[in-house]
Amino acid sequence: MSSKRRPTTPDFSAQPMTIEIGPAHPATHGIVRFTAQLDGEVVAAMETEIGYLHRGFEKEAENSTYIQIIPYTDRLNYVSPLINNVGYSMAVEKLFDIEVPRRAEFARVIMSEVSRITDHLTCNGATAMEVGAMTVFLYFIKAREYLWEVVEEVTGARLTTNWTRIGGNANDLPDGFLEMLRERLLKVSDVLDEGEKLVLKNKIFIDRMKDVGILSKERALEYAFTGPLLRAAGVPYDLRREDSYSVYDEMDFEIPVGTVGDCYDRFLVRQEEMKQSISIIRQAMDKLPPGDFMNRDRRVFYPDKAKVYGNIEGLIDHFKIVMEGPKPPPGESYTAVEGGNGEVGFYLVSDGSGKPVKCRVRPPCLNYVQAVPEMTIGHYVADIVPIFGSINMIGGELER
Amino acid sequence: MPPLTALIKKDFPKLYLDSHAQHGDETVSIKRAGMLELFLFLKDDPRCKFDMMIDLTAVDYLPRSPRFEMVYHFKSSPLHHRLRVKIPLEESACQVDSIEPLWVAADWYERECWEMYGIDFQGHPNLKFLLRYEGFQGHPLRKDYDKLLMQPLVPMRPVAERHDYGEVFQYVQEPPPSVPEQEPS
Repeated sequence: MSSKRRPTTPDFSAQPMTIEIGPAHPATHGIVRFTAQLDGEVVAAMETEIGYLHRGFEKEAENSTYIQIIPYTDRLNYVSPLINNVGYSMAVEKLFDIEVPRRAEFARVIMSEVSRITDHLTCNGATAMEVGAMTVFLYFIKAREYLWEVVEEVTGARLTTNWTRIGGNANDLPDGFLEMLRERLLKVSDVLDEGEKLVLKNKIFIDRMKDVGILSKERALEYAFTGPLLRAAGVPYDLRREDSYSVYDEMDFEIPVGTVGDCYDRFLVRQEEMKQSISIIRQAMDKLPPGDFMNRDRRVFYPDKAKVYGNIEGLIDHFKIVMEGPKPPPGESYTAVEGGNGEVGFYLVSDGSGKPVKCRVRPPCLNYVQAVPEMTIGHYVADIVPIFGSINMIGGELER
Repeated sequence: MPPLTALIKKDFPKLYLDSHAQHGDETVSIKRAGMLELFLFLKDDPRCKFDMMIDLTAVDYLPRSPRFEMVYHFKSSPLHHRLRVKIPLEESACQVDSIEPLWVAADWYERECWEMYGIDFQGHPNLKFLLRYEGFQGHPLRKDYDKLLMQPLVPMRPVAERHDYGEVFQYVQEPPPSVPEQEPS
């Protein structure tokens, strides 16, 4: 297996040329600026500049109650918002030491996996489009739409879901949901096969993706890669197995790993992960237990309307939760979930008041974008596009 | 006492300050002077093997002294354990040693922490703005920075000579693996 990289020399034979790619360039997906120095057509040096989408999530979170932060987490990785919701809620539940009912856990697993599929569909579809396979993009976006209709059915919104709560979910899975999801999964599974038939044996696609953007296992670990990129480099690291949070230990699934760590491996790993997610969803739907969707602990649960209007205790509980927010005991917690892109971690520090002292998000993308120059140098300038496509940079999560 | 905490307390009695394992997260607080020694130990010792620097951030506890606290999260992929290391920092001496030479992932995290909290990372090769822009005043994540504060307009800057590629990553072609000649059987 030979890499397509060329050795570069700092003293160029030809006059070096500096080109700017981005910030608003179709291939940069979000808003990122690359400044590349070219030796002929080969990238010899590269610098990445980010910060165009920084919204001050952490500052805003420090001035909001624990419940008010949940909608902000939708806007982190906005193609798989439900996983962020789940991760954040788990971090707060850890602070409170609150149990989540089993039915709510299964519902969270189902919705997280639906989100993972939408995330990977977006990434793989866009990557395929950028190397010329427009049809795959259209098919995958169609499949993503099938799933977003499911998400809309449950949460009321396609992207800005705001679905989990501290100690459970906002609502139960609606009637007829399981039948709808089963039917949609069959359709999505067909689309995945269709897309694979179109590209995986296509010479143009393979030429553009294979041996491009290799990052070795050792370097990937040093860059603290997580998620599909680390697995593509050959490390079977998946938090669903490592930490087996929620009810993932009851699910039977495999962790696909790549061999080389190039763009082609990343595509295949994501493709296989979607199939595994479909299998997880089917298992979770079969095992879905009856029960409540929310822990009715009065520290976090909005009391029923009848109680709010009917007795003084209910009214006070409601007022306290709305005005001051739930108050976890002082302490700190770090919780990580396997997001669409890798380890999405939430580090919370509480001083016993209704607002966190610190609400930190560990963004998986930051490590990937940081490593883009190292993956790109030595490749042709056109290879920036598949390399950057394969890391699935999501601006909202990268810059928070 | 959890095993890693006990190990650090035994091997680094001069650095060790405090520890807890709240909610199951193993946490050790250490002193700043000589911190790199401990981090090197965490990375290389066969009982620790923390090969992944997962997260790095700071927390501002304003009225309290020491005011800041650096928080590092580590994960070991071969041994599957996690550790949180905290370093309290006084406002008058808010600087720590950069761990970028040990874990390259810390590069951007330290840049972010530097611009958001004004904590200086000594030995960092390329300490410049990551999410903020040149001309931004103050450190936005400090507790005494007002959320509604307006920033002054910055003048237009020339595009040229803005870039410093730093240490250019050199790709050296590896020699093809030599295939041992097989004796015809």
